[in-house]
Amino acid sequence: MILQVDNPVVEVHDLTVSYDRKPVLWGIDLTLPAGALVGVIGPNGAGKSTLIKAMMNLLPVSSGYVRIFDQPLKQVYSRISYVPQRESVDWDFPASVFDVVLMGRYGQLGLFKRPRKADQDAAMEALEKVGMQSFANRQISQLSGGQQQRVFLARALAQNADVYFMDEPFAGVDIATETAIIQLLRLMRDEGKTVIVVHHDLQSASEYFDWVVLLNMRLVASGPTEQVLNQELLEQTYGGKLTLLSKVGDLLRKQEFPAREKS
Amino acid sequence: MQDFLEFFSFTDANIRYVTLGSVLLAASSAVVGCFTLLRKRALVGDAVAHAVLPGVCLAFILSGTKNPFILLIGAFVTGWLSLVVIDYITSRSRIKEDTAIGLVLSVFFGIGILLLTAIQQTGNAAQSGLDKFLFGSAASLIGEDLIAFGVVAVLLLVAVVLFYKELTLLCFDQAYARTIGFPVRGLELLLTTLTVFAVVVGIQAVGVVLMAAMLITPAAAARFWTEDLKVMLVLAALIGAFSGIAGAFVSYTAPSMPTGPWIVLIVSMIAILSFALAPGRGWVARILRQRRNKTRILEENLLKLLYQLGELRQDYGSARSLDELLERRNIPKQEALSGLQKLKRQGYLQKENQRWLLTPEGEKRGRRVVRLHRLWELYLTQYLHLASDHVHEDAETIEHIITPELEQRLIEELNYPDLDPHSARIP
Repeated sequence: MILQVDNPVVEVHDLTVSYDRKPVLWGIDLTLPAGALVGVIGPNGAGKSTLIKAMMNLLPVSSGYVRIFDQPLKQVYSRISYVPQRESVDWDFPASVFDVVLMGRYGQLGLFKRPRKADQDAAMEALEKVGMQSFANRQISQLSGGQQQRVFLARALAQNADVYFMDEPFAGVDIATETAIIQLLRLMRDEGKTVIVVHHDLQSASEYFDWVVLLNMRLVASGPTEQVLNQELLEQTYGGKLTLLSKVGDLLRKQEFPAREKS
Repeated sequence: MQDFLEFFSFTDANIRYVTLGSVLLAASSAVVGCFTLLRKRALVGDAVAHAVLPGVCLAFILSGTKNPFILLIGAFVTGWLSLVVIDYITSRSRIKEDTAIGLVLSVFFGIGILLLTAIQQTGNAAQSGLDKFLFGSAASLIGEDLIAFGVVAVLLLVAVVLFYKELTLLCFDQAYARTIGFPVRGLELLLTTLTVFAVVVGIQAVGVVLMAAMLITPAAAARFWTEDLKVMLVLAALIGAFSGIAGAFVSYTAPSMPTGPWIVLIVSMIAILSFALAPGRGWVARILRQRRNKTRILEENLLKLLYQLGELRQDYGSARSLDELLERRNIPKQEALSGLQKLKRQGYLQKENQRWLLTPEGEKRGRRVVRLHRLWELYLTQYLHLASDHVHEDAETIEHIITPELEQRLIEELNYPDLDPHSARIP
């Protein structure tokens, strides 16, 4: 059940990603529709974050390409926004909440330019959207996990992008934050934005997303939630690791084989 | 003293130059060091510092002069090369970064010492003074040297101001920087180049062996005092500058003394003082905080005891003796007495014939502690399903830290309870 759409916002073509020569994602072919709230779901080690990072060109790919709005990533930086995993940065960095959210404007500003008054307004507005305006001057080292996640979200909002890629925004946050975030994501979808979310909790997936991508080292399914989240496909995703696949991957690494004959 | 006055009157032009030079060098490397530190590349700075030595020697061998510009170029080339090698080893082999840094540092430094020894044995008259690059000599910062190193130092400061926003983002969240289209490779290259330059200009004053301290220590010390990166940069520059002046002074009054170790000792002293004295993060602040907590616990326990006695006898209005209090709870007598006296000074207690009586304010505070204790016990039994005989100990500490907002929420979540798990009334 892999549904391809016309005029996709995101198109992933034959994407293979390897770590130290061992492929962790095999030949992903994927298209995502505009204005959808998309959940990328799969077990631990399925390559969910890897897929997002490869889409954002943060990892070298062994083969394939990604196009967003039918253009390579380099052409559309201003229309995309990325929310990395909360743990990916050191929160003991000397910066305030406002400083971090203001970073969301750096892309538009370009090099050398200082943030203008308008950028500060935009950052403040983004903070209000996540309910953190009263924390603007707080040091980021003093935030709870949920607050950190909101700050990252606010930074992405300040970008005013059209497509959002979020890596585990619900991981380790309190229930109030989770509710606040999902409401915000729905609001964004209703405004016509496309939001792609890596998510690890199957329970809430059917409720949260209107399009689901099931992933376990390869693409198992991609389509509207009610068609994808069924017993058979979930078993394919979660049941039994493809041991042969990872054995071949190990071989590639040990023998230092390239994943493709020509790259 | 004579020396001190002579130096700090700055009447001698040489002293002025040497001081100016040292301040510039130390401040600029401290500022660049802030970013190196925040990027967690402190050790890399050390590797670069050691790796510039072969460059200096090679430049001298090839050119036969001690022209500072040529030596600078030599230092820059090998310093940069060492970073390239570290990156190459880390990405192309199984060797981890710390090992690669160790390897590169020792190999480059070894070659440097080899070349330096070879130069010294040629008996070339021009070579005298090259060994100052090992441990530094601020007093030799005059003339051409000062101009060359000073210009680079100023350029470093300008670059940091110009790229402040970009460098900050690079250090905080590199992946994000890339997704908004920043030239991350270029910025990394820039920071690397700045680091190499900072090292290169600093070696004249501090020497290659100890240069890493000049790069990292002011930044580490400054970090203790502030949570604001801009303030941190300024503070690091000031700390660097101060140790620069001190180094210049030592170098001036005792020319045979190497400057580097002195500067490093001074800047390390500042760092240690910062670790100890900085507000919030420092040791002293932590000890004070713990002592405050301890007195607070003692005072609240005394008020609680008096309140509980009143509860027991159904009489809050009469005074109790110290022995009566200590019967119910084991507090060292001296400690209890000084606690009671302090509470009296604060107006929570009155003293009548060696006996103690709660004032209305004291009664209110004592009641609150008892209430919090019982609320918390109830919360633990209801929400954590702990046995009622296990909750007392826990409540003994928690009763002192619950804020009024949390208290309100507790009461709401427990649905305005009357009795605690031991069937005592919640006041």
